Amino acid sequence: MSTHEDVLSSENLPHEPEKATLEGKNKFLGFWFFLGGETVLFASLFGTYLALKNSFGAAEHTTPSQELFGLELVFIMTMLLLTSSLTSVYAMYHMKNHDFKKMMVWLGITVLLGAAFLGLEIYEFYHYVHHYHHTFTSSAFGSAFYTLVGFHGAHVAFGLLWIITLMIRNARRGLNLYNAPKFYVASLYWHFIDVVWVFIFTVVYLMGKVG
Amino acid sequence: MKGWMGRFRALFLLSSLALVLSGCGKPYLSALQPKGEGADMIYDLMMLSVIIMAFVFLVVMIIYTIVIVRFRQKKGQEDFVPKQVEGNHLLETVWTVIPIILLLILAVPTVQYTFALADTTPETEDGEPVEDALWIDVTGNQYWWHFDYRDLEIQTSQDLYIPTDRRVYIKLSSNDVIHSFWVPSISGKMDTNPGKNENEMFIHAYEEGVFWGHCAEFCGPSHSLMDFRVVAVSPGEFDEWVADMQAVDPEAVPENPVAAEGKDLFQENSCLACHAIGSSPAAVGPNVTSFGDRSKIAGILPYDKEHLVSWILDPEQHKPGNLMTGKYPMPSKEDAEKIAEYLMSLQPSDIGPDDAEDGEYIQPKPKEETEAEGDEAEEDTNEE
Amino acid sequence: MSTATVGKRSFGAVVWDYLTTVDHKKIAILYLVAGGFFFLLGGLEAMLIRLQLMAPDSELIGAQFYNELFTMHGTTMIFLAAMPLLFALMNAIMPLQIGARDVAFPFINALGFWLFLFGGLLLNCSWFLGGAPDAGWTAYAPLSVISPGHGVDFYALGLQISGFGTLMGGINFIVTIITMRAPGMTYMRMPLFTWSTFVASILILFAFPALTVGLFLLTFDRLFGANFFVPDMGGNEIIWEHLFWIFGHPEVYILILPAFGVFSEVFSTFSKKRLFGYSSMVFATVLIAFLGFMVWAHHMFTVGMGPIANSIFAIATMAIAVPTGIKIFNWLLTMWGGSIRMTTAMLYAVSFIPTFTLGGITGVMLASAAADYQYHDSYFVVAHFHYVIVGGVVFGILGGLTYWWPLMFGKMLNEKLGKWTFWLFFTGFHLTFFIQHFLGLMGMPRRYWKFLEGQGLETGNLISTVGAFLMAIATFILLYNVIITTVKGKKSPADPWDGRTLEWSLPNPTPFYNFKQLPLVRGLDPLWVEKTQGNGKMIPAEPLDDIHMPNNSFLPFTISLGLFIAAFGFMYRVDAGFPAYVAIGVGLAITLGSMLIRSVKDDLGYHIHKEDLEKEGAGE
Repeated sequence: MSTHEDVLSSENLPHEPEKATLEGKNKFLGFWFFLGGETVLFASLFGTYLALKNSFGAAEHTTPSQELFGLELVFIMTMLLLTSSLTSVYAMYHMKNHDFKKMMVWLGITVLLGAAFLGLEIYEFYHYVHHYHHTFTSSAFGSAFYTLVGFHGAHVAFGLLWIITLMIRNARRGLNLYNAPKFYVASLYWHFIDVVWVFIFTVVYLMGKVG
Repeated sequence: MKGWMGRFRALFLLSSLALVLSGCGKPYLSALQPKGEGADMIYDLMMLSVIIMAFVFLVVMIIYTIVIVRFRQKKGQEDFVPKQVEGNHLLETVWTVIPIILLLILAVPTVQYTFALADTTPETEDGEPVEDALWIDVTGNQYWWHFDYRDLEIQTSQDLYIPTDRRVYIKLSSNDVIHSFWVPSISGKMDTNPGKNENEMFIHAYEEGVFWGHCAEFCGPSHSLMDFRVVAVSPGEFDEWVADMQAVDPEAVPENPVAAEGKDLFQENSCLACHAIGSSPAAVGPNVTSFGDRSKIAGILPYDKEHLVSWILDPEQHKPGNLMTGKYPMPSKEDAEKIAEYLMSLQPSDIGPDDAEDGEYIQPKPKEETEAEGDEAEEDTNEE
Repeated sequence: MSTATVGKRSFGAVVWDYLTTVDHKKIAILYLVAGGFFFLLGGLEAMLIRLQLMAPDSELIGAQFYNELFTMHGTTMIFLAAMPLLFALMNAIMPLQIGARDVAFPFINALGFWLFLFGGLLLNCSWFLGGAPDAGWTAYAPLSVISPGHGVDFYALGLQISGFGTLMGGINFIVTIITMRAPGMTYMRMPLFTWSTFVASILILFAFPALTVGLFLLTFDRLFGANFFVPDMGGNEIIWEHLFWIFGHPEVYILILPAFGVFSEVFSTFSKKRLFGYSSMVFATVLIAFLGFMVWAHHMFTVGMGPIANSIFAIATMAIAVPTGIKIFNWLLTMWGGSIRMTTAMLYAVSFIPTFTLGGITGVMLASAAADYQYHDSYFVVAHFHYVIVGGVVFGILGGLTYWWPLMFGKMLNEKLGKWTFWLFFTGFHLTFFIQHFLGLMGMPRRYWKFLEGQGLETGNLISTVGAFLMAIATFILLYNVIITTVKGKKSPADPWDGRTLEWSLPNPTPFYNFKQLPLVRGLDPLWVEKTQGNGKMIPAEPLDDIHMPNNSFLPFTISLGLFIAAFGFMYRVDAGFPAYVAIGVGLAITLGSMLIRSVKDDLGYHIHKEDLEKEGAGE
């Protein structure tokens, strides 16, 4: 049976520190289920978006998705987020090898890429609002678009805050059995966000561009 | 559309169950006393499911009764330990397979009838398309119904006149929230959705009569008061009604001087802004062309002058949350009485609810004649 | 810390203990008290509804207030009474049934409760702040979008907050059952109540997010000018119906499956037999849950989805009758050949069979899409779902509470009063709802504020109201029973019913760490196995050692409180201006701040030392 000292010690970590304790295992499993629920959440949002895509009714401003979306920017955003997913994999790789410093460096890069993505997304929204009057309230299409993409954006923002908090909190004490599951779960969350974006890129932007 | 089940119908009717059920409710309202095609089909389906289910219930109850009578703990046998049975594959298979079979028996006619009831392509019995089918656009409003007879240039509200000899096709939509069009004794219900989600169905009354309709989708404070009537008349009477309604002159001044005064007041008080007379497409409020023939006031109140005046002076008291309240300059009681007099004088047709209930069946005019008349009507509109 | 010493502590200390507890047994009591309170509230609303419908053309209650009453009756009973009461049973019993010392996430468990409670309180605040929600518990758009005032805002935000709580509770139970089972407690040895908790939790996990999205869209439409359900701006009101029922239909099974679980335990215990066809019962539970996700649109047969969709959903719905039938027959055969003791709990179980069979029968009738055009939104539907939810879920809760009361509170409920409650409730229930099938077919739509004279609906409605009064009297007797036994009742034996499952192997009162040594499970109905093949006591699976326990925390309360405050801010953003923004800021600061504290403050729990456990053992 482990005591407090063991859990908070950075010495003698097992190979998979994130799953070495019952708490860690629970957290890992519970988070997977949470992501299952999140999947339904985003599926519902996707369904709503598809039903309301290019649906304007009697709205004043009716720029269809084909004219609205520019793929260049969105492609850069996609690359940023995909890369950040990769860097978080590196971070977890180093965590499994108990190399705390390298893990922190890679997490830091992940955060920077995520922040860049978020910045571009804000710019994108700004562009739509000011050039096309495509706003949250301008039409059902607008509501559905900003809700779906915005929910994802909010997830990114939350993920950034979460990872930054973890990094600051644990900067000086290193990896241990108590915080390893936290880092691991945060990286799972980050992957999930990435996967959702791939769907958004396909369903919203690519399909929006073609028809 | 009476499938193979029609033959079993006599059997059903004989069963005591059906006898009990048919005693339920009023003939103009109850789904258990079908007076139309849809309601009839559904009644068959209902009886089939009741019989299957009664069988299931009986089986369960027999086992149940045996169990709780026979296997109660007996006095002095408190220490008796029953045999710990794990299960029985044969039994478990039996009570899996038999319900599946029973459900299939129900599922087949269910699918058949679901498709039959959704068939809104007018066809004759031989499968020939019907060109001059009667289409009515039904619009739900908080808390009244509007009926627009497509191609006939007739608009009515609250009372829906239909002939008994054929299917009448209706398209359902709504101006505000979701309502649901339900005339239990003639057919099942269908929602009226605002926006693009329009629905179609058919209704077909077998008998003449005044049937009660309800709004069946919760739509606000006066949801329970959004009643309407379907006046099913014989085809000849219907033709007469159509002709009369098409001949309405909205400007006609009533002979009765009080009513004539009421007409002026009706205009002065801007009633016309919402309530059209004649076939005007404006339908902010109920169309009052044939108000004199209404069976109820506002769908719910007894049809008399006293209630009409009371309605004009305070609609909120009768239908909470209605959209008329506060939209017009409040007339004095005298003026309201004059308006009432005018409205009740609006009887463009001799055909009214009474004709649906008198049991007299008038055949439609021979085909050629109606066609000729139709041509004339067309010419008239062309001249305009 | 053990429950025996509770009585000696000051009132304030007890309150603080419950505000900060993460012990699943205490959280169960919190759920029970809160759920019971909301049950009484929902019952009161029901009584007012029945009073209004006692006579035709009644003006007793205004139309607007009536709409608020039935909206809140439905919402309260489903979200704030039935689910929490089931959560009370799940929390109290499930960890004990699998031989766990706690749930997987004690903190999240507490958070789930407080979110539910604050959501429920928020919803009910509407009564005092300009009127309750008035668009029905289904809140169909666009009626719910154009509904004036803030009633529907309270609905959307209140359910949103309590829904988060439920979702967390669901995940917690799933993980608990997967990772925390005692040695030897394989999946196919889990009691049916645990199984149904497991399956219902999975349903919660996959069903609630749809509601979350629906409520977000509704909130956005109402508070932030979005156009999801505004046809003029391209919106589509049917989306709400789909989202609501994608959640709403599984919700029915989230409610009924745990009740099935309760009955399975009760039948087995009071027939002194193992459950007949255990594996097919498990299979049927899983199958019902699976099919439960495929049938949501049978609530929408009249929406105009077309005959193909209607037929598919009709047949899928009928299919659910098969596993349900399997269950009914398995229960009957569990009793067959048994030695049946008609205790109060067993009375609920026994009466459940014909009642629920009737509910199932009308369920199949409703599944027949074409016929549903007549049943839909009529009192036939009202009768059907009350047969299922009262005859199934409420009977299950009442039976389960009577059965497990000794385990939860260390005292037994009075059996004589219990039987009075049962018979009055049972009679009243059938009197109220049986006749409503016919009212529906006779042309009475549901949610009718008044029915008019001369439609032949008078007698039926009067009978229905009389029945409702009997149920109300039964509820009062139950309350009296609870109070009198709490005050005067004697300590019950640890295993009063001659139980079969693991929870009855524990001493009374249950130690706060549940199992001093985790038990070794040697078969289905582990305690029964030991009673017949061993010495009647569970064999420990581990030597006595330190036990790790979680710390209490006040943060679940503050996280929930913050959302409660912020919700007011969002609602009154337009009317109140600056103060509302302050509320949003303060509320979110409290919530996010509490989450931050939770994240950065190490919470390692504590250990009960072996020596202390030995001492406590000697004292017994």
